[in-house]
Amino acid sequence: MAYKRHIDRLPIIPANARVHNVTCHYCIVGCGYKAYTWPMNAQGGTAPGENWAGVDLSRTQGQETDAWYAPSMYNVVKQDGRDVHLVIKPDRDCVVNSGLGSVRGARMAENRRSDVTGTQQQRLTDPLVWRYGTWQPTSWDDALDLVARVTARVIEQDDEDDLFVSMFDHGGSAGGYENTWGTGKLYFGSMKVKHCRIHNRPAYNSEVHSSRDMGVDELNYAYEDYGLTDTIMLVGANSLETQTNLFLNHMVPGMRGGAKVIVVDPRRTVTVNACEEAAGADNVLHLAINSGTDLALFNALLTEIADKGWIDRDFIAASTIQGGVAVAQDEAHPAALGGYDAALAAVRLSLDEASAICGVPAADIAKAAAWIAEPKDGARRKCVTAYEKGIIWGNDNYRTVGALVNLGLATGNIGREGGGVCRLGGHQEGYYRPGDGHVGRPAPYIDQLIIAGRGKVHHNWATDHYKTTLNASAFKREYNRRTNMVKEAMDARPGATREEMVDAIVGALNAGGLFSVHVDIIHTQNAQAAHVILPAVEAGEMNLTSMNGERRLRLTEKYMDGPGQAMPDCLIAARLANHLERVLREAGRTAYADQFKGYDWATEEDAFMDGYHQGNPAVTYDRLRAMRTNGVQEPVVGFENGALVGTKRLYTDGRFTRHGREDGKALFALSAWRGLQAPGKAQQKASYAYLINNGRSNLNWQNWFLDQKNDFAIDRFPFPYLQINPQDMAELGLKAGDLVEIYNDVGATQAMVWPEPTARPKETFMLFGAPSGTQGNVINAGTNELVLPNYKQTWADIRKIADAPRSVAHLSFKSQEYDLG
Amino acid sequence: MKCHRLVDAGRRQFLRGGGVAAVGAAAAATVGAQAEAATPLARVAYPATRLANIADLAVNEPMDIAYPDAGSPGVLIKLGTAVPGGVGPDGDVVAYSVLCPHKGWQLQYNAADRTLNCPGHWSRFDCEAGGLQVFGHATQNLPQFTLRVDETGDIHADGADELIYGRLSNVLG
Repeated sequence: MAYKRHIDRLPIIPANARVHNVTCHYCIVGCGYKAYTWPMNAQGGTAPGENWAGVDLSRTQGQETDAWYAPSMYNVVKQDGRDVHLVIKPDRDCVVNSGLGSVRGARMAENRRSDVTGTQQQRLTDPLVWRYGTWQPTSWDDALDLVARVTARVIEQDDEDDLFVSMFDHGGSAGGYENTWGTGKLYFGSMKVKHCRIHNRPAYNSEVHSSRDMGVDELNYAYEDYGLTDTIMLVGANSLETQTNLFLNHMVPGMRGGAKVIVVDPRRTVTVNACEEAAGADNVLHLAINSGTDLALFNALLTEIADKGWIDRDFIAASTIQGGVAVAQDEAHPAALGGYDAALAAVRLSLDEASAICGVPAADIAKAAAWIAEPKDGARRKCVTAYEKGIIWGNDNYRTVGALVNLGLATGNIGREGGGVCRLGGHQEGYYRPGDGHVGRPAPYIDQLIIAGRGKVHHNWATDHYKTTLNASAFKREYNRRTNMVKEAMDARPGATREEMVDAIVGALNAGGLFSVHVDIIHTQNAQAAHVILPAVEAGEMNLTSMNGERRLRLTEKYMDGPGQAMPDCLIAARLANHLERVLREAGRTAYADQFKGYDWATEEDAFMDGYHQGNPAVTYDRLRAMRTNGVQEPVVGFENGALVGTKRLYTDGRFTRHGREDGKALFALSAWRGLQAPGKAQQKASYAYLINNGRSNLNWQNWFLDQKNDFAIDRFPFPYLQINPQDMAELGLKAGDLVEIYNDVGATQAMVWPEPTARPKETFMLFGAPSGTQGNVINAGTNELVLPNYKQTWADIRKIADAPRSVAHLSFKSQEYDLG
Repeated sequence: MKCHRLVDAGRRQFLRGGGVAAVGAAAAATVGAQAEAATPLARVAYPATRLANIADLAVNEPMDIAYPDAGSPGVLIKLGTAVPGGVGPDGDVVAYSVLCPHKGWQLQYNAADRTLNCPGHWSRFDCEAGGLQVFGHATQNLPQFTLRVDETGDIHADGADELIYGRLSNVLG
């Protein structure tokens, strides 16, 4: 049977409940919600005067009502030390989602830690230190003293290369401007740490270097552009599942208003189905290209658009650089950049050539070109282009993203209503840090350095490499081995003084060990190897600012206490800096100690004012609070009549910015097709039978870390699924729900078989990031020149390892596509 | 978390037997081993309502019903093959709310694959799997009405296993 909560009534929000602004902290879209809290021993009534909605709740409410909430939107939490009722429900007044909740965000309340209802007991409550062969709870001062003393032993004022740092760079969750600043000030201000990486990739780099090098910030439009456009082009993106309310509340109205849709994806996703329902099948063109051939498609589209004369000559003349190559191809630039004519000459590819590479009819490519750029009713056609992991984590990232931006520039579709070439995003954004120029470009490939035995201390901020990195089999093996050396050294000195213990640890580090410090909200798989674990809070347990995929900045207000001793990351960073300063000063390293001054923050607002506010002086918590869940679109340009003034879309003046050029002219990418670019990919394709395409699902997106302990979510997908064509299943002797091993030259993992008739033969799709089957185990180490991982192009073989376990017997493997039969 | 799993398993075991009343209330309130001050969400008392007679049903032809009151539309279906939670001589009769638990749109039945589909945002629920959300945006599976068949073949509803859209108590008042 399907999981049921057996909750058939809920406490009613009283009219005088406290109301807090909340932006969902899971995905980039950042839907607006309201959190209502009220005392345990009170509740509203059904009479209009007795409840928050002011309506008669003794009657059933209609479709789309604002006066209903689901059991998943309710919990009992601590607020200022007391138990209170909590309801977190979608905010109808937020222009992002207009009252829609996703299957993720609408479970925010249920996914809060509660000592009353028992939810999320996995949340960390106390600092933990490896003692007596396990993790023992302790105080902040005790744990941070150990971290500071060990760290201080391996860093020098002019050489911090033995300190490796993994740190989130995003907003939402436990990220946001407060926490990126706290960690950034510590590692890039007080220190100049070079050996660092970001949560989801093995180096400290951009996922869209080429777009930025071309002068185009990757988030340049407004969500309303989907409602103003003639054509929506979605590339490597499954927005119904992974930007749900952007799709439902902005893209669908655009389609219903007449916009055509082009979807570039090797897989028929539910997004394709939904586009057909919204726009009509005749207005949807699904280009199911061969995996990894997007670049050839985009180059052929530019060629066709140019040959038809559909380019925007005035825009190219006024807003893009003229002449040949302006930036040469080199180690830091996997393609040369320059003027339009030079780029077109470099990328030129005929429809037939692209058809042969991409595996889609030439006529469909020509049709796509027309839908993008053929003048409509005598006027320039408007096209908004959105892309995400399908190309960001795919073949030849730099050139492929660049080739897509080429299309937007050539057709004048950036900085104008109904336009934009934008990444859709994963987490929200919330980056404010000192400069990272010292890291270098290409940035160091951290995972490979750790595997090679480099580094002595690893500070890991809210990242679980064991579940989400590439080449994960090798990474786990080496990380476990090196951290175990330290555990054994610690275990060998029971009862040692702090000084003796630090000596024992440093001895193990000098022998090749790695000291592992994890800051997180849960005890992750990666942190099974940790020696110190520090408990953090997330949005709502602290005030937290982030911006979404249209640069909409909001403040999520603190509405509940964090668990136990847990603190905001920014304050953990500050306290670590305090301890480093003290330890260094004690050791007589005065000048170095002085670098760790300036962390006298008592609250997250202090960190915000020390960081983001310094660069954006108009923005304060009070002003953001007044902007409620609609916030303000960055960049903020002023404060007038009691409201922050933002920027609806970038580049409306035709001047481009991201590249640091004085002339404000955008550049084109000379992004010629060059096959499967990353090392080892072509060989893997030749050696193994099955493409293991991979990605997220509607249910399992930026919320796995909590959902691994959520009954509703885990009941649906107890294991990561592998969607596979029934004919392939027959050849492999598989039934629905069977467990299979997926294996190749770099590792192995497991998944549950999901029959998917729309999957092409020998092309499977595996759920990414699952706790019970790490897809990254079978991703090889090969990356592009700038160390962007290529997850999507992976090949492996498949074998059955078990009949369908009892835990999947209740599942449904029926088509996910809406269908009335 | 052990305690949690035990409660969970117990509930499902009980459900397979066809009853829901008391165990559900316990499950809602006492998951988790560290509960401090359990505040049970007491379940409401349901009316027993005659929906139809077995003889009125044809295989895979859904019948419109309403339960627990006229303002809560549902559907009664004889699926043709026994399913978990199904009643009647063939163990194949089930009933569900047809208000999508996402935004309250009325679900439509696809007889070809025995799913209920939402025209609002394209969620779909499997009638042969206890209303499991096959794909969609609702944060709960579809409310299923518990059924009882008496000796005359009359089918009675006497409960629901999830909150019905649009009401903060399944039984209004």
